[in-house]
Amino acid sequence: MRTGVFVCWCGLNIGGVVDVARVVREVSGWPGVAFAQDYRYMCSDPGQQLIRDAVKRERLDSVVVAACSPAMHEATFQAVAESAGLNPYRCEIANIREQCSWPHQDEPDRATDKAVELVRASFEKVRGDEPLVPLSVPVTRRALVVGAGIAGMQAALDIADAGHEVVLVERLPYIGGHMAQLSETFPTLDCSQCILTPKTSEVGRHPLIKLITNSEIESVSGYVGNFSVRIRRRATYVNWDVCTGCGVCSEKCPSRTLSSFERGHAEEPAIAIAFPQAVPHKPVIHAEACRHFTKGKCGICEKVCPVGAVDFGQCDVLLEEKVGAIVVATGYDLYPKAQVGEYGYGVYPDVIDGLEFERLNSASGPTQGEIRRPSDGKVPKEVVFIQCVGSRDQEKGYPYCSKICCMYTAKHARLYKHKVPDGQPYVFYMDIRAGGKGYEEFVQQATDEGVLYLRGRVARVFQDGDSLAVFGVDTLSGKKVEIRADMVVLATAIVPASGARELARALKAATDQYGFFSEAHPKLRPVESLTRGVYIAGCAQAPKDIPDTVTQAGSAAAKVLALFSAERLAHAPTVAAVDEELCSGCGVCVDACPYDARTLDDRRRVAVVNEVLCEGCGACVVACPGGATRQRNSARSQMLSMVDAVVG
Amino acid sequence: MGYAYFPGCTLRGKARGFEKSALASARVLGIHLEELPEWQCCGATFPLQADNSFPLVSPARALASASKMGGRLVTLCSACYNVLKRTNHVMRTDADRRDKVNSFIEADYEGEVEVRHFLEVLRDDVGFETLARRATGSLADLAAAPYYGCLLLRPHDELAFDDPESPHILEDFLAALGCRVVDYPYKIECCGSYVALEPGEPASEPSRKVVESAKARGAQVIVTSCPLCQYNLDASQQGAGGRAARGVPVVYFTQLLALALGLPEDVLALENHLISPAPLVRSVRSMGSEVTA
Repeated sequence: MRTGVFVCWCGLNIGGVVDVARVVREVSGWPGVAFAQDYRYMCSDPGQQLIRDAVKRERLDSVVVAACSPAMHEATFQAVAESAGLNPYRCEIANIREQCSWPHQDEPDRATDKAVELVRASFEKVRGDEPLVPLSVPVTRRALVVGAGIAGMQAALDIADAGHEVVLVERLPYIGGHMAQLSETFPTLDCSQCILTPKTSEVGRHPLIKLITNSEIESVSGYVGNFSVRIRRRATYVNWDVCTGCGVCSEKCPSRTLSSFERGHAEEPAIAIAFPQAVPHKPVIHAEACRHFTKGKCGICEKVCPVGAVDFGQCDVLLEEKVGAIVVATGYDLYPKAQVGEYGYGVYPDVIDGLEFERLNSASGPTQGEIRRPSDGKVPKEVVFIQCVGSRDQEKGYPYCSKICCMYTAKHARLYKHKVPDGQPYVFYMDIRAGGKGYEEFVQQATDEGVLYLRGRVARVFQDGDSLAVFGVDTLSGKKVEIRADMVVLATAIVPASGARELARALKAATDQYGFFSEAHPKLRPVESLTRGVYIAGCAQAPKDIPDTVTQAGSAAAKVLALFSAERLAHAPTVAAVDEELCSGCGVCVDACPYDARTLDDRRRVAVVNEVLCEGCGACVVACPGGATRQRNSARSQMLSMVDAVVG
Repeated sequence: MGYAYFPGCTLRGKARGFEKSALASARVLGIHLEELPEWQCCGATFPLQADNSFPLVSPARALASASKMGGRLVTLCSACYNVLKRTNHVMRTDADRRDKVNSFIEADYEGEVEVRHFLEVLRDDVGFETLARRATGSLADLAAAPYYGCLLLRPHDELAFDDPESPHILEDFLAALGCRVVDYPYKIECCGSYVALEPGEPASEPSRKVVESAKARGAQVIVTSCPLCQYNLDASQQGAGGRAARGVPVVYFTQLLALALGLPEDVLALENHLISPAPLVRSVRSMGSEVTA
C-alpha cells in the first residue's frame, strides 16, 4: 500500500481551527502512508496539481483528501486521481470541515485530534477499496413532457427543434394551459391568444412532437435514460382520427353544461371544443352532461356527424412510452373558494377571481370582452381588486408570495379603466412587487390612469342589495374604508395543480410542503429535480410569470439535450452486490429497497441487484439477515476498521 | 346524552335567563347536564402570556374534575367555552405547562376531556332536524340576527368550532327553530369587549354598529351566546335620544330555544335585559302553543 494523504486548510475554515501541520505529522508516521502534505486550498488548480504530481512522483496507489464534505468536492478529487492514473474509486474524502472544524471552533486541540481520527477512518476505508469501473447504460433519446401549458409547449418545442422526439401529455383535451384563458398579458398588453396560437399550432403540427391530450400519467418506472411511462388516455367518445372538427355535433347537441374553460361563466354543449383556437381542434363528450350517458337516450351527435366519428363505446386506453428524460410542467391552480369565506368567494356571484376576470375581458369570452358582472350583466362602475388573497398569509393561507398578482391586478385595473372610462377601480395591496423589465413602469401607468391604490387589507365583503360592501383599511391614512362596489376581483394564491403530489410520487421526485416540485438546488440547479432525468419548468416549481416560465422551460430543454448528447450514461458503481452462496432468497432486501432495485430470481432462488437502479443507500445491506448483501467499497470489513479508527 | 356541565359565574348573575332557559330546554330534549361539583370561575379571559400559567389553574381543575365524570364537558357561555377549550389545548400539547399546572392542582390531567359548546350538542347529538320537528312553529318568520362575537370562533386552530370567517351554526340553529335568519356584515365583528364598559361614545361604537347593521336589515331580535356581548349590544342602545324605545332586544340562543319548544315564560328570566324582549316574547307566545316543562 502506498497511500497519499492531502490535508486542506480551506483558508481559515479548517486551518483556523485544526492544527493542519500536526495532522500531517501524525499521519506521516502510519505504515502504508507513503506521503502526506497540507495545502491552503486543495481544490484550487495548484492544489490539484500538487496531488497529481505526488501520485506520480511517489508512485501512490490510493489517495485520502482531508477537506470539506464529499458533497462539495468528491467528484473534483476523484477526477484528479483519475487524471494521475489512479482508479477514481481509490480516492476517499475525510470531511474535516463540516464534521470537524466548523462545529468544534471552540476546542482547536480536540478538533485536531478528531481530524486525525477522521483521516484514519478514511485511510482504513481506502485500503479496502476496489478499483471499480463506472456502470454504463444506454440513453433513450426521447423525452416526455407532462403538461402542455406555455412551459410544457416551450420545453417540447425546444427539444423537438433540436431533433429529438417528444411525447407531450396534457390532462385537458386541448393545449395552451392557463395562458389560453388570458385576455391580455403584462407588461405590454398584447393579446394572449395572439402570441400563444403560433406556439399551439407549431406544437400541433411538429413532426417530432407526439401530442397526447385528455390523458394523464398512470405510472412511471425505470431510471434516467430509460424510463417506461404508462399513460391513460381518457375516453373522448369521439374518434379523433376521423373527426374533422366541423362542429356540427356541437351545434345540434341539446344538452348544456358549464364551461370550465370559461370558469363557469358560460355554457357549452355536452359535446364541444373548448374554445375557437383549441388545438387539437376536436370535440369531447362530457359524459356527466350528455343525455346519452345520463338518460340513455338522444345520440343526436352520432346521427349528425358526417364522418361517423362519435363513438359512445370508446374506452380509456393505456399507452406505454419509453423515454430517457421527463420534464414536469404541470402548472398551477388557484386557491380554493371554500377557504375565502370572509369575501363571500363562491357565494356572491360578483366576487370573482383573476382568471374569471380574464374571461370577462376576453373577446371570445362570455361577454365578448365587455366588462359585465356575472349577477345581472350590468357594467360595474366601482370595482375593488384585492391582492394577496391566500398568499403571504401565515394564519390561514400560504406564507409565500404568488409573485404575479401585483402585475396582473394592475393589468386588470388598467384594462377595466380602458373599457369603462367613467368607472373607478380600487386596488387593496400589501406591497407592490413589480420587479421585472418594464414592470414598475406598468404599475406606475396604472396609477396615472386613475387606478386608486389603497395600502391595506380588506376584512370583509358583504352583499348589500345589489352591490357589495367592502370593509377595508387604508394603512397610509390610518383610516377604515368602506367601498360600495359593483364587483370584487380577488387575486387568489397560486397553488400547485391538482394531482401534482401523485405525479411526484410516481416520479419519485420531491415536492415542498405546499406540493410544488423541489429543485435540486435553489440557486445553482433550478430546473433539475432531485431525481436524475426529471426536470421541472414553470409554475409546477413555484409561482412565476410567462417570461420566467419560458426561460425555465428553455433551460429544462437544454438540460434534456445535454443528457441526450451522449449515447451512454455513466452510473456510480458503488452499489449493492449479492454473494449468491450466502443468499437464502428470503426477499427481505426487496422490501427494504426504496428504489425498486432489488428483486428475487425465482428460478435460482436468490436475490439480485439491478445495478442501474441501485443508488447505493445501503438499506438492503443492513436488512440482509444472512450477510449475503454487501455494498461495493463499503464492505463490512471496511466499516469495522473505520469504526475502530475512530473509537479504538 | 350525559354531560358534565360548567355553568360559569355570569350565568348565576346577570345571565340567569341563559342558564334557566338552557336547562329547561335540555330537560325537554333529553340532554342530561350534571353540574360539576365545586366549580370555580374559569378566569373569564385566557392568559396570553406563555409564561403565566397561574390563570390556567381554575379551568384545568374544572377539566380534571370533568374527566372523572365521563369526559365530556358542556358550557353555554362563549367566554367559558373559549377559556376551557384553550386551556384544554395547552394541557394536551404543552408538556411543560401541563406538568406545572398538574403539580399545582395535584392532578394527572392530560387534556382528555372533550369540551363542547351547547350549540354543538344541539347540532350533533339532538340534531337540528329533530329540533325543527320539536319546535312549535311559534317563531315562524321571526327575523333573527345571529351574533357570534369573537370568543366562540377564534382562535380557530384551538377552538375548531366553525369557519371563523363565515360561520353558520347559529344560522342553521335559528332556521331549525323556524326563524327567518337575517344576514348582516357585523355578525362576527367584535362588540368592544371590556373596552365597551368604559364610559363614552367611542367605547360603545363597535356595539352600536353591530346593532344598527342588524336593525337596518330588519332584525327583530339579535341572538348571541356570550353574556358580555349581550350586555354590550343591549347597553349600546340605551341613553342618548331615548333610542331604547326603538331598540332591538338581544337574547341568548337558549331563550329562543325554550320559546320555540313552548316552555313557560318564567324559564326565560327576561328581567335582566335593558331592551326588554317581553313584548316580542308575548307576541310570539300568543302564536304558539304552550307545553309544560
